[in-house]
Amino acid sequence: MFEAIAANRRKSAALVVLMAVLLGGLGYALGEYFAQGGGLVGLAGAAVLWLILTLVSWSQGDQIFLSMSGARKVGPDDLPVLWNVVEEMTIASGLAKMPAIYVIDDPAPNAFATGRSPETASVAVTSGLLKLLDRDELQGVIAHELGHIRNRDILLMLFAGVLMGAIVLLADVGLRSWLWGGGRSRRSSSNEGGGQGQALLMILAIVLMILAPIMAQLIYFAISRKREYLADASSAAFTRFPDGLARALEKIGGAAAGALRGASRATAPMYIVNPLAAAAKKRDATSLTATHPPIAERVRILRAMHGASYQDYDQSFARVTGKNGVLPNSALADPHAGAGLRIQGAQWQEGSAGIAATATATAAPAPAAAGPAAAPSAQESRRRARAVDDWFYAQDGWRRVDCGCGATLKIPPRLAASRIKCPRCGTRHALG
Amino acid sequence: MIALLVVLGIIVLVVGALIGIYNSLVGVRNQVQEAWAQVDVQLKRRFDLIPNLMETVKGYMHHERDTLEAVTKARTAVQGAGSLGDRAQAEGALGMALGRLFAVAESYPDLKASQNFLALQEELSSTENKIGFARQYYNQAVMTLNNKIQMFPSNIIAGMFSFKTGEFFELKDSAAREAPKVSFN
Repeated sequence: MFEAIAANRRKSAALVVLMAVLLGGLGYALGEYFAQGGGLVGLAGAAVLWLILTLVSWSQGDQIFLSMSGARKVGPDDLPVLWNVVEEMTIASGLAKMPAIYVIDDPAPNAFATGRSPETASVAVTSGLLKLLDRDELQGVIAHELGHIRNRDILLMLFAGVLMGAIVLLADVGLRSWLWGGGRSRRSSSNEGGGQGQALLMILAIVLMILAPIMAQLIYFAISRKREYLADASSAAFTRFPDGLARALEKIGGAAAGALRGASRATAPMYIVNPLAAAAKKRDATSLTATHPPIAERVRILRAMHGASYQDYDQSFARVTGKNGVLPNSALADPHAGAGLRIQGAQWQEGSAGIAATATATAAPAPAAAGPAAAPSAQESRRRARAVDDWFYAQDGWRRVDCGCGATLKIPPRLAASRIKCPRCGTRHALG
Repeated sequence: MIALLVVLGIIVLVVGALIGIYNSLVGVRNQVQEAWAQVDVQLKRRFDLIPNLMETVKGYMHHERDTLEAVTKARTAVQGAGSLGDRAQAEGALGMALGRLFAVAESYPDLKASQNFLALQEELSSTENKIGFARQYYNQAVMTLNNKIQMFPSNIIAGMFSFKTGEFFELKDSAAREAPKVSFN
């Protein structure tokens, strides 16, 4: 694991340098475009813009992101299953500190992790996800997110996102001014000899303004896709149960997809599946602009695993896609990735199957689980949905009155009446 | 002069490597201790949750005295366990007894409808998971430590400062270890 983190740091550094060069080049070209010899000013301007964006996102990025998506913080007693699952995965991943947990009230099932370091990290899930997934599936998703935290992906994505944002912003400014006829128009310069060179530079600047944002996004998305595979592998290694995440991804992929509030192209790679509506329609398209690998492929890889270690994931990836492995060598050499401990994990799964009511389907293969387990699971999923809804009602200041007849009345926070009648049995309840 | 510098350089390199090996040994040993603390916290949590569970279950399960007694007995045995091996044995037995209790509870619909019982069941099964995951992490850390202590060249330093290999923590009921009986009739 530590090796994987080191490799990630090196790659982050290379990526940051590459994008910084792109940003610097764009700034220089813009400067030259506006005024002869203004390249250095443009460069300095780009650097200042980058510095401000970095400082803001470093200190506030996760909070901005969380409040943008309307996330609310969860305590241990609010949603006990969610809290317990995150705590379990914190232990399994060996993180020193449990991340803060947030829930977003949104029917589209999705999840993301954010924060600049494992100590200040947060995970957020949507209420749709909590209602849709059973315990094992939720565990797979949370393990995937903690994998992002553990592999330091969240910092990498933060830096890359900021650089991309700066590039897009600068190119936008340049292109707008070009369209509106601004800049250094074809006024004859005192030095006629430089005319041709100047024209060439102008064309170069315009081309760069168009291409830089596209290139930046391609780099960003390419990195993002690799990170998704590594996080899937981490999830399998932490839970020792790849089928949990596979089932979760299937359910999420099959759910009616909708755009998630607060998600944009810059933040899309942070979610477990692409949260944008347009991308959701053609989720399985493999293209350079995809932030995530196709869900069907991720499921196939997880299902084809013979064990739960990083090696197993890498071999399975090679079998399913016909390409070479996808994980960095450093991750494969990592003792904490579960090499050689497979059998103990399997024994444990077997031993615990009896104790957890929700885990009874664990030992059974997926097709069998749909048969006899279907009836209690419908009841189970209703209970799950109710617990999530109740929590959100309570957060919004709604009061609960449990009537003697078994009905539960939910009272809006600003109801003027002092008494309320139970619609089922007619009992009148006083509202304190 | 050059020879002296070369010799000095080699000495500095060797000493640096030795310090590096020693520090990494200490680091791994601390990691094992930390991982063990996590296992211990979760085992303690399970231990503390059991009286609550017994209190809740007692009113419903009138005909399951044996099952309930087995849990209580296993819990007491955990307290008396001395060595790590004994402790593992006792904790494994406790896990099994709890598993049987929850299996039996399936046939008591009133109990299954009780909010209190459901909350305790979630708490205990989650604790069981946490024990499993903490144990998994602990055993990984022990394996890393043992490899370092036994492999060249770190075994030299480990021997000089008498580092001790760690003990794996295997939660398994003794009965479950027996080979399954197969008959072909």
